[in-house]
Amino acid sequence: MENKQPLIKTVDLKKYFKLKGNHYLHAVDGVNLEIMPSETLGVVGESGCGKSTLGRTILKLIEPSSGQIFYDGEEITHYSVRQMRPMRKNIQIIFQDPYACLDARKSVIDIIAEYMVIHHTYRTRHEIYNHAAELMDQVGLARRYANMYPHELDGGRRQRVGIARALSLNPKFIMCDEPVSALDVSIQAQILNLLMDLQDQLGLAYMFVTHDLSVVKHISDNIMVMYLGLCVEKAPSDELFAHPLHPYTQALLAAIPKPDITLRNQQMKLIRGEVTSPIDVKPGCRFASRCDHCRPECLERDPEFTEISPGHFVACHMVTAGSSVPAGQP
Amino acid sequence: MEQAKNDTILEINDLKVIYKTDDAIVEAVNDIHLHIGKGKTLGLVGETGAGKTTTALSILRLLPSMTGHITGGEILFDGHNLLDYSEHEMQAVRGNLISMVFQDPMTSLNPVLTVGDQIAEAISLHNPDMSHEQIEAKVDETLSMVGILTSRKSDYPHQFSGGMKQRVVIAMALCCEPELLIADEPTTALDVTIQAQVLSMMRDLRDRLGTSMLMITHDLGIVAQVCDDVAVMYAGEILEAGTAEDLFLGEKHHPYTVGLFDSIPNLDSRAARLKPIPGLVPDPTDLPKGCVFSPRCSHCMEICRQQRPRTLKFGTHSIRCHLFENPEGGNADGK
Amino acid sequence: MKRKTDSTRDDSFRRPSQAKEIWRRFCKSKGALIGLCLLVFVLAVLIFGPVFVSYKSATTQDYNSLLASPSAEHIFGCDGFGRDIFARIIYGGRTSLSVALIATATSCIFGCALGAIAGYFGGWIDSIIMRALDIFMSVPDILFTMAVVVALGASATNLIIALTLAYFSNYVRLVRSQVLSLSEQDYVEAARAGGSGNARIILSHILPNAIGVIIVNATLNVAKIIIYESTLSFLGLGMPPPQPEWGLMLSEAREFMRTAPHLLFFPAAAIVLCACSVNLVGDGLRDALDPHLKS
Repeated sequence: MENKQPLIKTVDLKKYFKLKGNHYLHAVDGVNLEIMPSETLGVVGESGCGKSTLGRTILKLIEPSSGQIFYDGEEITHYSVRQMRPMRKNIQIIFQDPYACLDARKSVIDIIAEYMVIHHTYRTRHEIYNHAAELMDQVGLARRYANMYPHELDGGRRQRVGIARALSLNPKFIMCDEPVSALDVSIQAQILNLLMDLQDQLGLAYMFVTHDLSVVKHISDNIMVMYLGLCVEKAPSDELFAHPLHPYTQALLAAIPKPDITLRNQQMKLIRGEVTSPIDVKPGCRFASRCDHCRPECLERDPEFTEISPGHFVACHMVTAGSSVPAGQP
Repeated sequence: MEQAKNDTILEINDLKVIYKTDDAIVEAVNDIHLHIGKGKTLGLVGETGAGKTTTALSILRLLPSMTGHITGGEILFDGHNLLDYSEHEMQAVRGNLISMVFQDPMTSLNPVLTVGDQIAEAISLHNPDMSHEQIEAKVDETLSMVGILTSRKSDYPHQFSGGMKQRVVIAMALCCEPELLIADEPTTALDVTIQAQVLSMMRDLRDRLGTSMLMITHDLGIVAQVCDDVAVMYAGEILEAGTAEDLFLGEKHHPYTVGLFDSIPNLDSRAARLKPIPGLVPDPTDLPKGCVFSPRCSHCMEICRQQRPRTLKFGTHSIRCHLFENPEGGNADGK
Repeated sequence: MKRKTDSTRDDSFRRPSQAKEIWRRFCKSKGALIGLCLLVFVLAVLIFGPVFVSYKSATTQDYNSLLASPSAEHIFGCDGFGRDIFARIIYGGRTSLSVALIATATSCIFGCALGAIAGYFGGWIDSIIMRALDIFMSVPDILFTMAVVVALGASATNLIIALTLAYFSNYVRLVRSQVLSLSEQDYVEAARAGGSGNARIILSHILPNAIGVIIVNATLNVAKIIIYESTLSFLGLGMPPPQPEWGLMLSEAREFMRTAPHLLFFPAAAIVLCACSVNLVGDGLRDALDPHLKS
């Protein structure tokens, strides 16, 4: 019936880390998501909400605790390292820290060529290095940097090396783990533009993990807001910004300092407290302890993830009750 | 005139700082002027390597002693040139009159001492006459001031979250009621919601204690919310300065400032593409001959490559750019 | 894609040879070059020495020239048994140095492999290796080596085995701690995301980044092993006499320290020369392998 098949799909994906003394850290606690080809899903949340773990689990860099992961209809949840190897061509990752993600002992061209060497994409080394050089052109990196080492490049160029490496196997999906948060604003914009251009040219699908709502708005088709391992709200980008429903999403939006002096005298709308511990989570809404609208039922049972309007899902007792939707902000 | 002098807590004139290494001389700060009024907050904005932190460290004379050198200019704090002070006199200034908050709270806290002990140490260092009870009372007062339960003073830094640690660091910086607080990217390492909490706390404390502040940041949003005055720094120079109104509402801007604003993804509209500033920050060992921004500037003229622009004044607003040098521009109403 | 490569052959990319790059960086350091020259000199003397002096003069006892001072006939003089010191240094060096170098290499390779496996795979593998190592290290080195040599008999090969077992444990701990921190790095995860297998990750990403500390440790060990050999010889567990050996020469020279200091001086100088040159080369190599110091 549905002829468009999602490229990446997870069903009730969970990742718990076992800690000392039989405690479990609920890093990802049942996430369902779908990413269509050539689409971008923005995943937003604060540190410790499990967004990076989610990304790495989808890439099978971390073994999931339970749930299912599908790539293009094929279930890859329990694939071994060897079975995953051909899949690696299709799903790739760009890292947050442009310093740590490149091996300091290898030259730029060797870093870009590495994946192609592993997968024997070309018959000869010569062809591999030629293609690596073409990739440098594609990401806007002058070829004179080919024999330099990562420490000789600035953050923006290093991030371009990381992008070229991710592109080297012609992937269909790239997990971008905070790819611009370590960069200066002016460079950040260059990299975002590059990522969007590549998406247009190559039809890539992205999962864009970030803590910065203003960045995802720009690049995403859909946005998912995560809090303590759970998705609390998911909606098309414009819809989410126009009608944020979950109190946490509203707080996140309100907390961004806006470069607009006319708003300065408005009291910032703050949420109380800090993210609670993800260890041995009790039932009930995870955000309850910080929420101004918390009600008894919020502490008792998990809110269900309900579709409020087409494509707009939210997990909040208050919103699903329909009675008193918190005032739209801002 | 005398009145004007008393309103100023910190004035920096023609400050020049270089870093000398074996094979290169880095001109980190070139002839900058800064001015912070009493009780005011100055935002120093710029990208990595612009010289913001160097400026801050110069004020406290904390530049790395082997490589960093102040080669010219003066730093007037309450009318006294800090550059003439001996190391011993500077120690009395640091913490007591001027204190600093760093980006990473973990580097400012000692992991093997409890938070309470660390604040107590800072207090007793600057108030050697205080009794033990007085100090304890002051620690409690300081902690509650930054919104930390006093019961947590016997906890160690690793038991605090990032935002809480930064509150402790701010508490330590403020416990001696300094006249000037230098905050170097105090919220960059924090999450947005925590950043909002810490910023609003800093704002409240500043208003309550009347502390002047130098806020170093790369985020124009923070500047808009917190600062009275702004200086935009690039490659060791201040390209544009003025009141927050000048910067955010004024009409004339340095092309770099315009570029910075354009680079920020806008929350209210979803443009197809961002408009980044092309190119990269110049190599500080090899700065362009004319205007430091000229290689990246879309309005670059011949003169920009040849000659360093003057700082043009338009009332409280000053811009260092050849674009406004024409008769109907800067010179006419420039001072 | 492949066709495209052909059509753009003009701007095809040539990658400079890694070995050339490393050699270029190695040459930048004066100390390293001096060390290399010294080492080549020492090796040349040891290799071609037998052309000039026979093995016989190293072992023949000449009672006419007991403790003889350096002269034209015996350029380094003679020892307490009237044996030519120069010849003994050359033949002793051939065994001492080759045993030291080989034992260093084997202990290094064995230790690094175990350390890398323990650190990289962690879990029960790590526990087994590290507990075994703890037991191993609780036995004093000298006792252990003695046991090995006594069990297998005194010969160069057995000496190497004994020394390897005595020295590999340093590397296991060193490499394990390096691997533990390095395998947390993003670039290792990036390699995994590209489909690299474990062997490739260890060999191509983790060990090259840990090579600096390994080399420094190994070069320091060469000198230590030469001295340790003398301890073994002293206990009668080294090369069977009258075969010359540097460490043995040192310990024999002790009793003549006041009367004939040249007995002590020449073997000591030989050990210092070797240790110095190996250390200089090691430092140079460490820097040459580190692209951070390229410019």
